[in-house]
Amino acid sequence: MIYFDNVSKLYDDGRSAALQRVTFQVAPKEFVSIVGHSGAGKTTLLKMIIAEDKPTEGQVFFESIDIHSIPRTKLPHYRRKIGTVFQDFKLLPNKTAYENIAFAMEANGRSDEEIAENVPQALALVDLDDKAWNFPNELSGGEKQRVAIARAIVNQPDIIVADEPTGNLDPIATYEVVQILRKINDLGTTVIMTTHNKGVIDELGRRVITMNEGQIVRDDSTGKYVL
Amino acid sequence: MLTAIRRITRAGFVGFWRSAYVSLASIFVITITLFVIGSTMFIDQLLATSLQTIQKKVDINVYFEPNAPQEEIDALKKAVEALPEVAHVTYTSREDALIKYREKNKNNEIALQALSELDENPLGADIAIQAKETSQYEGIARFIEEQRELSTADTPIINKVTYNDNKESIDTLTSIINAVERVSFIIMVVLIIAAVLITFNTIRLAIYTAREEIAIMRLVGASNMFIRGPFMVQGVMYGLVGGIFAILIIYPILTWLGPRTEAFFEFNLLTYFISNFSYIFLTLVGIGVVLGLVSSVLAVARYLRV
Repeated sequence: MIYFDNVSKLYDDGRSAALQRVTFQVAPKEFVSIVGHSGAGKTTLLKMIIAEDKPTEGQVFFESIDIHSIPRTKLPHYRRKIGTVFQDFKLLPNKTAYENIAFAMEANGRSDEEIAENVPQALALVDLDDKAWNFPNELSGGEKQRVAIARAIVNQPDIIVADEPTGNLDPIATYEVVQILRKINDLGTTVIMTTHNKGVIDELGRRVITMNEGQIVRDDSTGKYVL
Repeated sequence: MLTAIRRITRAGFVGFWRSAYVSLASIFVITITLFVIGSTMFIDQLLATSLQTIQKKVDINVYFEPNAPQEEIDALKKAVEALPEVAHVTYTSREDALIKYREKNKNNEIALQALSELDENPLGADIAIQAKETSQYEGIARFIEEQRELSTADTPIINKVTYNDNKESIDTLTSIINAVERVSFIIMVVLIIAAVLITFNTIRLAIYTAREEIAIMRLVGASNMFIRGPFMVQGVMYGLVGGIFAILIIYPILTWLGPRTEAFFEFNLLTYFISNFSYIFLTLVGIGVVLGLVSSVLAVARYLRV
């Protein structure tokens, strides 16, 4: 479903590379973790998938579409197929938890009835029914991340892209977030996640891609965190 | 489409309330801008009307000899009236001149007594000429001078032309009027440009604080119009509220100023404000709305580029 074909990303000076000839494939319903040191190219890789960044060489495909040939006006459409979760949550500060999730649906052109039905469901899935009308600054880090996950899944995307989703969380919140992602994956959504957290990887026991200096150095189907 | 418009409008209103501090700052700046523009309109109007009033007071008087034949007076009057520069000619007959003289000197016993000693009316008829522009008096005066020289009559009909007496004060007045108009125009242009730039920058800053949100909205897959829309609604609201505030500030000021301008310029600003209220209101609110809208669109455009 996601296919990286010999992708390289060079910085402007033309010498240092964020990615070097990266080729891999992600099948539907897979849960893939990408690990590596800071600067190994994990985030650049995810940015390619959500069309935030462009490769200097090679192509990235979503199903059969070359992501970077999508015209800019069509990008919002494409992005609606992907749910994104970030280390810093990226919630809209002036909207409540409910409105943050509803916004993703409104932007998607969903009807009011669908929104009224699906937003509470998404909130229930991340166990935040009682915090629906709180603003982000009234939520803990773990709660914010759960709102972000609810927002990412509410449009039933084909794939969830999570960049260090547990990076700012304490161990308990980390555990909760990973459990939620696993649950979403069990329900049939592809998940691609980057992480630094050895415990998370060992606990998951799913496919692990290890990166170093912009290259894939390991790709294990039931990986451990090896660095 | 309708749903989208409804959602954008609602998001605009909600954003307006929830970022009340930013909204207040933007409204404050737009209010000041519109106040400056409004004041400019009033000062301009005041200046224009008072200049007209002053110009009406300037004229050339041609005094005829008491024995000047009526046909020749009429001929000259007609010739002057035919000049394109002439706005208005007022004729005062010998009899009317006498009545005016009596009226003017009704407390002056000696003058009245001297008048009654004479058998006949010692006063001649006169015409008062008003030009369309103060700068045209010189040409008119020259024309009358030529008429006087070309006159074939044995005795001159014109006793006196006041232009040469008034020439200096007319010239001074003309240059003062021109200078005031030029200077006030420059000041107004500078003030308006400054006010518009300040408004634009304030709204840009307001949206700068929202740049993170704009980035998030893009990532969630919101279309550009869906992101831009609420900011446009907010910009329009800033303009609307700012326009109303500006009017609310201008009204009490004019209530105080009106009678005073009436006494000094013979032009009541309050009356002008009330009788042209809808025009002034729509102009100010319209400028406010356009300013808010354009500033918002330009400011958001920066952050919509990937």
